[in-house]
Amino acid sequence: MNLSVSVKKSYPGFRFSVEFKLSGNQLGVFGPSGSGKSTLMHMLAGLLTPDSGLIQLDDTTLFDSSTGINIPVEKRRIGVVFQYAHLFPHMSVLKNLFYGRKRTKADKRLISPQALIEVLNLSHLLERGPNSLSGGERQRVALGRAVLACPRLILMDEPLTGLDEELKLQIIPYLKRVFDDFGIPLVFISHSLREMRLMTNEVLVFKKDGLSDRLATEDLARHSLMAGSRGYANILTLERPQPVNDLWEFSWGKTELILTDPGENATRFELDAKDIMLFKKHPEASSARNLLPCEVIDLYQVRNRVGVELNCRGNRLIAQVVPQSIDELDIKAGANIVAAIKASAFRPLF
Amino acid sequence: MYNLTTQDIHAIRLSMEVATTATLLSTPIGFVTAYILVFIRLPAKSLFEGLINLPLVLPPVVVGYLLLLLFGNAGFLGPILDAVHIRIVFTIAGAIIASAVVGFPLLVRSIRIGMEGIDIHYLQASRTLGAPWWDTLFTITLPLSGKAILAGMTLMFARSLGEFGATIILAGNIPGVTQTIPLAIYDYTNTPGGDPMALSLCLVSIVLSFAVLLVSEAMAGSFRRRENR
Repeated sequence: MNLSVSVKKSYPGFRFSVEFKLSGNQLGVFGPSGSGKSTLMHMLAGLLTPDSGLIQLDDTTLFDSSTGINIPVEKRRIGVVFQYAHLFPHMSVLKNLFYGRKRTKADKRLISPQALIEVLNLSHLLERGPNSLSGGERQRVALGRAVLACPRLILMDEPLTGLDEELKLQIIPYLKRVFDDFGIPLVFISHSLREMRLMTNEVLVFKKDGLSDRLATEDLARHSLMAGSRGYANILTLERPQPVNDLWEFSWGKTELILTDPGENATRFELDAKDIMLFKKHPEASSARNLLPCEVIDLYQVRNRVGVELNCRGNRLIAQVVPQSIDELDIKAGANIVAAIKASAFRPLF
Repeated sequence: MYNLTTQDIHAIRLSMEVATTATLLSTPIGFVTAYILVFIRLPAKSLFEGLINLPLVLPPVVVGYLLLLLFGNAGFLGPILDAVHIRIVFTIAGAIIASAVVGFPLLVRSIRIGMEGIDIHYLQASRTLGAPWWDTLFTITLPLSGKAILAGMTLMFARSLGEFGATIILAGNIPGVTQTIPLAIYDYTNTPGGDPMALSLCLVSIVLSFAVLLVSEAMAGSFRRRENR
């Protein structure tokens, strides 16, 4: 997907002006409420007309104020998944799913409904009405409804915001599978860094006064050492769990990790950077079950904290320490150190 | 209580015909009017809205008189309609028009309130799924306005059953031709010894209105069940 946007829109008390060119299949729009994320989404979908500017998606001009082009919403083939699903309440799940598909030309219907229903695990819900579904089920149906219309692009506007943490983690694997399996480009709008990291590769960062940056999602995350109570969290993909006494041993690339909580068939785990202790040498005795020899790749400071990027036998990890520790341990790029991680520090995601 | 006369039964049938026809004819127009008021940007919307609501606040006799001026032989539309052999004054058509005009604001108000309650995201979702505006109107806006339309139709039907002032001016009070239940009751109350007959028709009126409310409630319940599945 190639997306080129250069638009302006003014309301009383609010001026929105943005200009960017992007290519990629899973893009994020990140920023606080009121920064214009939703305004951008509405303009892309055609639900809001810019005062002036140009919007191009691949080889199609969706809006061009200089030539008067403004493709109507229904002809843009841009799917939208809203924050609160908004399934049509007078239709069954099945009718909701097929609403867009029925209005899609036969030669554009490239996605098999059966395959999608299976990926989203909706087959047992088809005859139900939207009001009898849980929040997570509703969002899965809303995504299925948008995907079955075979759009050129799907915009997801804070789709997980209304769900509790547990439900979010349940639904993310479905979202990832849909976008991976069916290859539909995604623009994911959120103010949650965790969701952004799990769903996108590149991100546009909005601040109160408009677009401020465009960078890889991981780079955005790296500088979140001060964010919230947890700061930066490493996201690890672990495999092949084996029970070892009361604990679990997982493979992490060429390394083994010991965990207390394996989750329910989880393969993604979170590990807070502040839960990693660094030692100059291998400690002779430690209560931490994981002592990983690592090489320091990079150091970066965010106010009174330092992120230490580590290479642990080919795996990347970020630890967070304070500047005094860096001085005392003489940590610098290329140094070999040992990272100590408690078995209980890992949180299963999905 | 007395048995109903043939004339009374005719008045009851006529009331039902007038109320049903006025309601059915007004509903699509009321729906479109409410849609315009809710979704279309108009420069003088308040004025338009005021005009629609005027019959609600004007005395029905005034409405009837204005309609008489409009449809009468010397009125604006009278001669035009006369040329194509359509007669409104002192006919059942006059009774239907009087009922429709007086009940219309209630119908529009009810549908409008229901439409305003529809979350705009449903309409936006429909459009992004490939539905043109008219498709969204018929598949989303109309069904989601169902309860409000039904409530509006009920109000209008009940208002039509009770309509008196505008009807007597425009359609007159001709037994067997334009005499509806309220007009028949009016006649009985002006006739010595007519009270029991007036009371009988009052009872019929109450039963009819109550039946309309019950049917409307049952249908609204069915709408609710469908939406809460």
